Amino acid sequence: MSIDRRSLIKCGAAGAGVAIAASTLPALAARPRKEAPADAVGMLYDTTLCIGCKTCVVACREANGKPPDTSNSPGRLYDMPLDLNGTTKNVIKLYKDPDGAERSYMKAQCMHCIDPACVGACMLGALQKRELGIVTYKQEFCSGCRYCQMACPFNIPKFEWSSRAPLMDKCEMCVHRVVKGQQPGCTEVCPRKAIVFGKRADLLAEAKRRIAGSPKKYKGYRKGDAPRVYGETEGGGTQVLYVSHVPFEKLGLPDLGDKPVPEVAQTVQHGIYQGFVAPVALYAVLGAVIMRNKKAEGQKGKAS
Amino acid sequence: MSAVHEAEPVGGPIVTRGFRAVSLVLAIGVVFMIYRFMAGLGASTGLSDGYPWGIWIAFDVVTGTALACGGYAVAILVYILNKGQYHPLVRPAILTSALGYSLAGLAITIDVGRGWLLYRVPLYANHWNLNSALLEVALCVMSYIAVLWIELSPAFMEHFKKGPDGFLKSASNTLYPIVQNLLPWFIALGLLLPTMHQSSLGTVMLLTGAKLHPLWSTPLLPLLFLISCVGMGYAIVVFESTLASALLKRPKETEMLAGLGGVVGPVLYGYTAIRLVDLAVRGQLGAIFTSGKYSAFFLVEMALFLAPAVLLRDAKKRRDPGHLFRMAMVMILAGGLYRIDSYIVAFRPGDQYSYFPTVPEFMITFGLLALEIMLYVVIIKTFPILGGSGSKAPSAVAER
Ligand code: SF4
Ligand code: SF4
Ligand code: SF4
Repeated sequence: MSIDRRSLIKCGAAGAGVAIAASTLPALAARPRKEAPADAVGMLYDTTLCIGCKTCVVACREANGKPPDTSNSPGRLYDMPLDLNGTTKNVIKLYKDPDGAERSYMKAQCMHCIDPACVGACMLGALQKRELGIVTYKQEFCSGCRYCQMACPFNIPKFEWSSRAPLMDKCEMCVHRVVKGQQPGCTEVCPRKAIVFGKRADLLAEAKRRIAGSPKKYKGYRKGDAPRVYGETEGGGTQVLYVSHVPFEKLGLPDLGDKPVPEVAQTVQHGIYQGFVAPVALYAVLGAVIMRNKKAEGQKGKAS
Repeated sequence: MSAVHEAEPVGGPIVTRGFRAVSLVLAIGVVFMIYRFMAGLGASTGLSDGYPWGIWIAFDVVTGTALACGGYAVAILVYILNKGQYHPLVRPAILTSALGYSLAGLAITIDVGRGWLLYRVPLYANHWNLNSALLEVALCVMSYIAVLWIELSPAFMEHFKKGPDGFLKSASNTLYPIVQNLLPWFIALGLLLPTMHQSSLGTVMLLTGAKLHPLWSTPLLPLLFLISCVGMGYAIVVFESTLASALLKRPKETEMLAGLGGVVGPVLYGYTAIRLVDLAVRGQLGAIFTSGKYSAFFLVEMALFLAPAVLLRDAKKRRDPGHLFRMAMVMILAGGLYRIDSYIVAFRPGDQYSYFPTVPEFMITFGLLALEIMLYVVIIKTFPILGGSGSKAPSAVAER
């Protein structure tokens, strides 16, 4: 006995059909691009202005009731986070060219993507774009699965690794202050206005004005690229924008192109599950085949 | 459908020396589980904000459920392709699937930060994020665990029907015909659900975008995960029934397994062909040789997928149980490596992060495997799962 040719061909044909369907899916049903909400707020960070004073790091802690992170400081004397972490929503990093004089500070916090991967990941929507396009977190819907961390192209959401009941932590653009008409903690205190808060549209215009004013000073993604605003279209656009005097690549910002990160995954997912037709149809076919086989078996039993 | 079965409990003492050894592994695992919950994930695992998922997800859940696809693979063969002669393989395959999935579920509750909130995932339907492939996996896996135990329940009821009077006996007598009648619909569900979530396990990694190396990140991830899980499902059936006949001194099912081997070859060829064509279409063929350690992992994967496909072509060799068993092992390695690569090795959060599993991670994984083996032994020795001893299995083949 072995599997007869006919059923093999059937299997092969079905497999090929699925393969073709799957490979043409993205082209067929690419989901529509998302726009920033009309009232979207944002922040603009300008590396040419930042002096690395870290006042914003302290202000961020105060605004969010977060304790200083002294775990890496000798004698536990300083607030010294090595990166964003479960108690740190904002850090200032230093980039220095190992063989040259080029250097820059870099502020890291959530980018508040227009089409966020973290939101696409989260099973019960703990992370969602809520008021003003700000991506916020509701802990009662979070089981700590950490899929948001897998998905975020900027590695932003951080997990409370040492807690027995860990939550995720990330910048929520100080939404609790913004809805009261205040500014985020970091933008309020910045002595150089290197980080400013405002409507995304206004900030984008301001960023372009700065680049137009000194096109030599600002840079693009790589060395030699035309100067641009990072976040205008990167990964489908972000509500936090960057302009920089060193190439963005050097600041650790990923090269995302203008395609939103969730686009491919969700096009495939929705292509397969469009209106749940395919699973229901497949279920009906499977049920019918099983029933038919069962009946055939029964009849054969009677005949013999 | 049960009439064909004539499965019997294996019988014999449950607590043997091997059983005691395995239970020691479980005990060690339990100690580390307690440690994981007391000390938190940071202290007990090698996970970090860059590598939030480690072996508990990549191995216990993603590879474990694929290995537990024996039930899926055999059900396709028996119920859809109508190869009734494989019927004796159904119950053991469904049992390993039920155990494999249940323990994957347990692994998830150990892995997530607040496992006690997972009950909200199925219940909070008005909050479901239908964009999340992980949500789909979670819901499907939960339902599939239930479906598998229902599919298996006739075996338990057959046992209780013969047992002493009491609640279990009367309940079994009432439920048995009902379940038997509904069984085809559960079998159909048992085919639909793995088709959905085994493919979605691929979609899950699509959302990581450029963080996943281009040799692995393709819109065809769901298809590749689905095909490779069918291959792994068959391999595990071969693996198990060879082991069962060797360790439990049961009649060999070589004839049946050789037949299965003939089916798997084309599946594996199909898988490698799709993968290469996809790379060509995406213009990434060059990356096969220029990606350093990723190239090495990719080529090893390809070799592991192709070797059994080639070596199983000879129908005579397929009848050699030792050869078949070795090929099954290679297939399991191939599918396992593909999953570990897709979830850990080819995942590139950035140079500042690294991941290697810690002792507690390994020990908990081993503990869960031990628990699975122990439950398997207890169940096959007590309930009618394996095809009856003597000449029953071969005669089922002769019937056709
Ligand atoms: S930067 Fe990351 S965490 Fe922030 S909105 Fe975008 S995807 Fe989400
Ligand atoms: S860890 Fe929490 S916030 Fe992140 S995806 Fe999982 S449930 Fe959502
Ligand atoms: S907006 Fe608020 S939470 Fe975000 S970095 Fe600034 S101060 Fe911190």
